[in-house]
Amino acid sequence: MTNDTSGLRLRGITKRFGTFTANDAVDLDVVPGEIHCLLGENGAGKSTLMNVLYGLYQPDGGQILIEGVPQKFTNPKQAMAAGIGMVHQHFMLVEPFTVAENMMLGNEGGFVLDKNAARAKVRELAERYKMPVEPDAVIEELPVGVQQRVEILKALANDAKYLIFDEPTAVLTPQEIDELMAVMQVLRDEGKAIVFITHKLREVRAIADRITVMRRGKIVGHAEPGTSEADLAELMVGRAVDLRIAKSAPAAQDVRLQVRDLKVANAAGGIVVDGVSFDVRGGEILCVAGVQGNGQSELADALIGNIPPLSGTLTLDGVDITRARPAATIGAGMGFVPEDREDDGFVGTFSVAENLVLNRVTQAPFSRGVALDLGAIAANAEKLKDEFDIRTQAVSSPISSLSGGNKQKVILARELSRDLSLLVASQPTRGVDVGAIEFLHRRIVEERDKGTAVLLVSTELDEVEALADRVLVMYRGKVVGVVGPDTPRDVMGLMMAGASHEEAVRAAAEQPTPLVEQVHEAAVHHTEASEGQEGNR
Amino acid sequence: MTELTTPATKRRATFQWRGIAITVAAFVLALLVGAILMIVSDPEVAGQFAYLFTAPALPLGAAWAKVSSAYAALAVGALGSPAALAATTREAAPLICAGLGVGLGFRAGLFNIGAQGQAIVGAILAAWVGFALQLPPVLHVIVALLAGLLGGALWGGIVGYLKAKTGAHEVIVTIMFNYIAVGILAWLLTTPAFLRPGRQDPISPEVHPTSTFPGIFGQLHVGFLVALLAAFGTWWLIERSTIGFTIRAVGANPNAAGTAGMDVARTTIITMAIAGMLAGLAGVQVAIGPAANGVPTPLSQGIVGSVGFDAITVALLGRSRPLGIVFAGLLFGGLHAGGLSMQSIAGTPLTLSMVLQALIVLFVAAPGLVRTLVPFLRERRAVVAGGQA
Repeated sequence: MTNDTSGLRLRGITKRFGTFTANDAVDLDVVPGEIHCLLGENGAGKSTLMNVLYGLYQPDGGQILIEGVPQKFTNPKQAMAAGIGMVHQHFMLVEPFTVAENMMLGNEGGFVLDKNAARAKVRELAERYKMPVEPDAVIEELPVGVQQRVEILKALANDAKYLIFDEPTAVLTPQEIDELMAVMQVLRDEGKAIVFITHKLREVRAIADRITVMRRGKIVGHAEPGTSEADLAELMVGRAVDLRIAKSAPAAQDVRLQVRDLKVANAAGGIVVDGVSFDVRGGEILCVAGVQGNGQSELADALIGNIPPLSGTLTLDGVDITRARPAATIGAGMGFVPEDREDDGFVGTFSVAENLVLNRVTQAPFSRGVALDLGAIAANAEKLKDEFDIRTQAVSSPISSLSGGNKQKVILARELSRDLSLLVASQPTRGVDVGAIEFLHRRIVEERDKGTAVLLVSTELDEVEALADRVLVMYRGKVVGVVGPDTPRDVMGLMMAGASHEEAVRAAAEQPTPLVEQVHEAAVHHTEASEGQEGNR
Repeated sequence: MTELTTPATKRRATFQWRGIAITVAAFVLALLVGAILMIVSDPEVAGQFAYLFTAPALPLGAAWAKVSSAYAALAVGALGSPAALAATTREAAPLICAGLGVGLGFRAGLFNIGAQGQAIVGAILAAWVGFALQLPPVLHVIVALLAGLLGGALWGGIVGYLKAKTGAHEVIVTIMFNYIAVGILAWLLTTPAFLRPGRQDPISPEVHPTSTFPGIFGQLHVGFLVALLAAFGTWWLIERSTIGFTIRAVGANPNAAGTAGMDVARTTIITMAIAGMLAGLAGVQVAIGPAANGVPTPLSQGIVGSVGFDAITVALLGRSRPLGIVFAGLLFGGLHAGGLSMQSIAGTPLTLSMVLQALIVLFVAAPGLVRTLVPFLRERRAVVAGGQA
């Protein structure tokens, strides 16, 4: 902590909700020309602190100083006027509007809209900060990464000096993350002060000039940019964390899941899984890697039986499950961790105990005839709560009161408490704390070691590297190739953009950085596919 | 992480306390608005207010006399004597049954506006069994009861089938099925099978005494016990059976329920059929339950009154919980029964009790309004909002 008064300084910020202290005397310095990483698990109080700074919450104690002058923000407009800009995790953009129209929101001016001025403003800012955006593009047609750029430009249009990025990488593909990092560096070099909120250690190490770690509402430490991931994780979680779980070589067993020439269409009728064939053996983890939206989600949905395939066959332990509905695939021993856990994984208003028997409540011992056995349901919950370290006050609490990682533990506990032949897990650690990731990964590997076939869908290369025995790369609904888990990242990245393994190895040798253009194409395809998905709902 | 779950749990506990407090506050506020209406609508009392500043005792005394006598009559008519209580249970029985039908739909995420039509179909079948068949005493009641349940289940089940198989919205379909039921009743009453011999106006024969719910005390009859049994059965079904588990899961999150292997379409059909059965039971109550004069009202156009629509308010006030619906049904039954005595004793129109009923539901449905009007409920809010860390 320095005594000079430049930049934005938080002093002793305290924010309580009832008896719960979300921020406890937090000090934070945000200095122009610096990227300040605020690192912490979900629920550590990072977002609360930023909402105080942005005028959304009133602090119960402490001061916000800008250039040494105490500030009081009762709404975001005052914070914006003081030069604070926020890039929200969930974009505050009007989707059917164009980029230029979104830039005008809140600054419409007089009665007549001046769209040309807005367009010029977009071009000027895009040029200055090297963030190419077409002013007349409609937001909902843009890839997520570009939408985020518009969100950033909006903050810059208000002449923000202090930019807050609230978990900006959560919604981005690996390549979009690289692009965002480049943009943040440009902004820093332009003299902006940046707060970068995240819980991803790799990103912190890549970009931070200064690192502050929060845990349970308090600042628990500061770290140098060069600090190792293991040390950062320990600071963040409060104990030593194994980032890479120990995992023996897979014991090759018989083929359990056989997928042949599978074709699946989305609601819009587009073929999103196009003639995919592969096998998963018992005792191995096959990772399906790819940029989000290249057919992995639909592949998983077809396996569990939520979408009937157009053609092809699915065989589990020799039994044809091509047209089986979820009740039948679950009965056949398929465990399923859905990609969107809030939507497909649990019933939010149900208790933890109820969610733990969601897919087998009609079976013994949880019911006799149509009568529920509440005792057996509660006993099952208590047992799994201990076994899976589910942090909840009571198993009768609604699952919606749990953190993301604990919600995911409930889902995994439910699936792994049955005898499985196949576990299909989609993005099992998305939005989950580091401490919980370690646990979830270990349980998945343990399930593999029991002889279960595991199909893991992931867009996180870290996760693929940590868990996969083999990696199947998907691009635009087709299998690009199946490679070993030790394949270099840049080769994997190129394959995710559609290059075959040989091409990718050759290109990676010639040009060590990923080909941004190709990757971009994959991302654009992603938005098209995900639009179709939304129509599905 | 353990501490993080604390405020949320606390919020839930506080919420339930507030739910009750808001319901009570809504009731009090409704009585206050009702009092103002009475004062304003009575020219004699309103006229006294010209002397508000010269002789305040005059208008205030007149207003107090008016309001207190009306509400006293209401209370006496609803609760004042064993006979009044019995009348309240008779009024409440159909409201409870139809309220359960609407409430069950809510729990499954379905807005069952069709309780009216389901009750009409239930009443038609129960009444027909009652006047057209000759059966021994106990058996006759049971057959009439089952016929009415079947009619309601069919009328609701068709809606469930249409929604599950074609995606038709249940609100539209149930409203249309209400019209169809009304039309069928009107047509049936013109046919020789239903028209009372020797009558030109659309009214059916009276049901045989063998098919009537036996009386217990005063206006209290077996139908009320059937309604309580239905409430208990519905509670057991929702909270203690796998069917209810599935209904609640589908209602709260159909995607997760489907992914967990539940058959969402089949659950929709089952739910609507059971909901229709409960609303059909409301029709049975009016068709074979003795009215104030000791015999069941014969089938006519207005046989079920507005029970299917009152049921929506009962289910809302009871928060779709069977026990809550029983209390809400008794409250509204009391307002009906008390409204009659308020009309005869205090000269206040019966419609005021309907206004009170509507006001209560309005205040319950808009808790923000109650919080604004009752400051001490607002105090709690700051703490409660704090849970969202």
